[in-house]
Amino acid sequence: MTNTILRALLSYWWRSPLQLFTFLMGLALATGLWSGVQAINSEARASYDAAAATLGEGQFDQLVPRAGDRIPQSVYINLRRAAWLVSPVLDVTYKGVRFVGIDPLTTPTQMSFSSDAGFSLEDTDLIFGNAKVASVLEGFVDVIIDKSIPPGIAIADIGVVQRLFKRSDLSRLMILPEQPIRRPDLVEIAPELVVQPSQQIADVAALTDSFHLNLTAFGFLSFAVGLFIVHSTIGLAFEQRRGMIRTLRSLGVPLSNLLSLIIVEMGLLVLVGAILGIVMGYTIAAMLLPDVAATVEGLYGARVSGTLSLRPEWWLSGIGLAFLGAGMALAVRIWQIMQMPLLSAVQPRAWAIASAKRIRGIAILGMILLGFSGLLALIGTGLGQAFALIGFLLIGSALVLPWLTIKLLDFAPGKGVVTSWFWADTRQQMPGLSLALIALLLAVSANIGVSTMVSSFRVTFVSFLDQRLAPELFVRVDEEKTASALEKYLLERDIEVLPLLTVERPVVGQPAKLYGVRVGRTYRESWQFLGADPDVWDQVARGEAVIVNEQLARRNNLWVADEVDIAPGLNLPIAAVVGDYGNPQGQVVMGELLFRKLYPNAVATSFGIRTTDTANLRKAIQADLEVPDSGIINQASIKNMSLEVFERTFAVTAALNILTLGVAGFAMLMSLLTLAGMRTPQLAPVWALGLTRTRLGVLELARALGLSLIVFICAIPLGLALAWALLNFVNVEAFGWQLPMFFFPADYAFLGGLAVLATLIAAAWPAIQMVRKPPAALLKVFSSER
Amino acid sequence: MLLELKDITKSFSGVDGDVEVLRGVSLELDAGQTLALTGESGSGKSTILHISAGLEVPDGGSLHLEGIEINGLGEAERANLRRSEIGIVFQQFNLIPSLTVEANIGFQAALAGRRDKIFESELVEVLGLTDQLKKYPESLSGGQQQRVAIARALAVRPKLLLADEPTGNLDESTSSAVLTAMLDLVGRTGAALMVVTHSAALADKMDRRVRLKGGVLL
Repeated sequence: MTNTILRALLSYWWRSPLQLFTFLMGLALATGLWSGVQAINSEARASYDAAAATLGEGQFDQLVPRAGDRIPQSVYINLRRAAWLVSPVLDVTYKGVRFVGIDPLTTPTQMSFSSDAGFSLEDTDLIFGNAKVASVLEGFVDVIIDKSIPPGIAIADIGVVQRLFKRSDLSRLMILPEQPIRRPDLVEIAPELVVQPSQQIADVAALTDSFHLNLTAFGFLSFAVGLFIVHSTIGLAFEQRRGMIRTLRSLGVPLSNLLSLIIVEMGLLVLVGAILGIVMGYTIAAMLLPDVAATVEGLYGARVSGTLSLRPEWWLSGIGLAFLGAGMALAVRIWQIMQMPLLSAVQPRAWAIASAKRIRGIAILGMILLGFSGLLALIGTGLGQAFALIGFLLIGSALVLPWLTIKLLDFAPGKGVVTSWFWADTRQQMPGLSLALIALLLAVSANIGVSTMVSSFRVTFVSFLDQRLAPELFVRVDEEKTASALEKYLLERDIEVLPLLTVERPVVGQPAKLYGVRVGRTYRESWQFLGADPDVWDQVARGEAVIVNEQLARRNNLWVADEVDIAPGLNLPIAAVVGDYGNPQGQVVMGELLFRKLYPNAVATSFGIRTTDTANLRKAIQADLEVPDSGIINQASIKNMSLEVFERTFAVTAALNILTLGVAGFAMLMSLLTLAGMRTPQLAPVWALGLTRTRLGVLELARALGLSLIVFICAIPLGLALAWALLNFVNVEAFGWQLPMFFFPADYAFLGGLAVLATLIAAAWPAIQMVRKPPAALLKVFSSER
Repeated sequence: MLLELKDITKSFSGVDGDVEVLRGVSLELDAGQTLALTGESGSGKSTILHISAGLEVPDGGSLHLEGIEINGLGEAERANLRRSEIGIVFQQFNLIPSLTVEANIGFQAALAGRRDKIFESELVEVLGLTDQLKKYPESLSGGQQQRVAIARALAVRPKLLLADEPTGNLDESTSSAVLTAMLDLVGRTGAALMVVTHSAALADKMDRRVRLKGGVLL
């Protein structure tokens, strides 16, 4: 009996391939985008975890120099002799690869490993890295490939790294967790070092959480749009099978058996759809991962592997979510079957013709959600509330849309008989089309919102680069001797030189960078502030105040006139807060004189130079001071490089935008095709009364065009509200800065054109079907034998 | 006695309150016997048929099929009984649109676990469906669909065949052909037949004829 019932249930899908395709594709799209994003996130997190476990960053306290970035080896030896259990580390970056030299015998990290080939760090002078690192370093050194090494990192014995780069010093010392009870104070042995507690070391996983949450939100949006399709298909399938269900029961199939087999049938289909989705998700993730890797490196300095693994956490979550989403839609239908009397009349009612009352009820619910969204905009803080605000805004608007569209159709123009029929017919179709229109609304408004955010960011970022990259040339030297020679050389020629002095130290308990700047024409003219005292540069030059970046200000709620600690026992007022759109870290800017007084050991090795003749000055510096060409960078190159990083940062967002719009277009196509199959009884009488099939087809296209225009008009305010929420809430939490909002009408018009085009393409198929429908198919409506 | 209905009552709730459709109907049907149930629209004919099939539960009275009290059975037990002992021919055919004619004919027998392909071929031949086996119901005429429904009901070799206006949707000549075939097959399988009909011609061909009016048998 089981096989017979299951075969009958499945035969429905066999005979309705379009609905089967819609169901599977809806699920696959929903699962695909969701699991794609999850795959990216889990790959990234795995990379962060591998880096943390291997390098010990964020796990162990460290000793770092108070100024500069080097520790003499003798300091390490003194500490060991004084019973300090520390392990040396040397970090050197070459060709974009971070060489990490460690002492395998003393390191507290998990780096005392053996490679796949059986080599180990203790064995020989070997360097270990993943395949990509090995290819980058090909010709420079031989690298033993080991998949467990985090991306972008080459690990070797510290001696190997020192010999390779002709270094005799160290970068930092890791403090082992187990220390002897009695040991001398650090200030007695190594006063030039300072303890950096593990929690103050930037944790890339925590820093990047917000970015990954943004991706998750996008994945969830696509999942929701895909579920609209699934919900709609399941609803239609059950409505169309009411007759079959009644027949099965009247032929002696017990209700419990029938329900169990329907669940099995749906389970099989969901499994197939989810597997297709996982394959799609893997493909999407593999395509997007390089851009994500570029983004997190550009924004946070974190490295992510460029190759994707099939990790159970993301594909299982994809399958689980597919079952959950389809299960919710199925539960409603199962409940309806249980309530359905065995002999209930089989009316081709419900799917396409829901009552106006129901649409009104849904709209009221939508308005309540919009009210919650408004309330959160007024009182909410934090990333969770920001996403709740956006969720309520999008879902609330989606629920109001069908009712609003019907209301707008009341104002539709035209007095003729055909026009009146056309609008009445359009209103009647709204329940059947509403899910597709909602999907289109969500996709278009998400596009408007995100593109407004990204374009506003771009405008602000370009202006920021102009301020920060005012010097025409940037020079970096390796040695202190060359640095002073360069400064002297430029000052003798009356060329404005801006040394970049910097140290890293915690400020308000968090890692931060302190900068010493030479206050002059360049800074006074170029820098714009989010808030400042009128004589900010004078105060900074006199060493009476400092400037902080927005990240530090927001995180600690420190604004102009508040005080901040910049050295042990020294607090200074903040004279200005400056926008900083390139890094997640807090920064404090002080005058050069004060900086040199506080941190006398710090040496400027980077310089900005103001010149009108970059080419000749570049040549002169190279010739007279033997500075290598790679140490001198033109302003234009840096700007281009920064903009490139920016564009890659948002490449992922752009790709997800397009995919979401694609899902909405698919939802529209499927809804129109499904409706077209059910509308013959409504169109046949109109055809019989004298409207040609071609005219009916054209009217179908006009209807789709009209509805998509209404959706687009509704999507503009919704998209702008979304952009406002992203800029004022999500971005502040995710990146630590707030951006001004700009408007881009030409972009919106282009997007509107795309949405209308997508709708017309979706409507074209059913319209052509209408034009080509044989008269016999239309006549069948009037046949008494039907 | 194959089927025995005793003092059956049944009401349905309507807009103006409960409507009493059956008011103490008693009826008996022996194995191999044919019975026509006639009466005006709304007289309760179809309700008697549905109650006899276990599709509806009466408000009062008793109903026995081969001595088994059907009213005392649960939903699943009634479904089991219907599946294996009762064949039903609906006025609207109720075929499964996504299955071929062949699969529809063998469907109930397959559910009951007693499919007999030789007997099915015989039914197909007698009912003139040989050329339609691979087709789907939507491509058949009303008369052909009704014949498929009769074949499906008989293929399970039921002890009781219930038919609700089996020729109601058919023209006169098709109706006559379908009826002749059905009676012939009922006679060969030894099933009892209860037919609900408005047609005097159809009723005349049955062994017995009872008329229902205002919820009681005349």
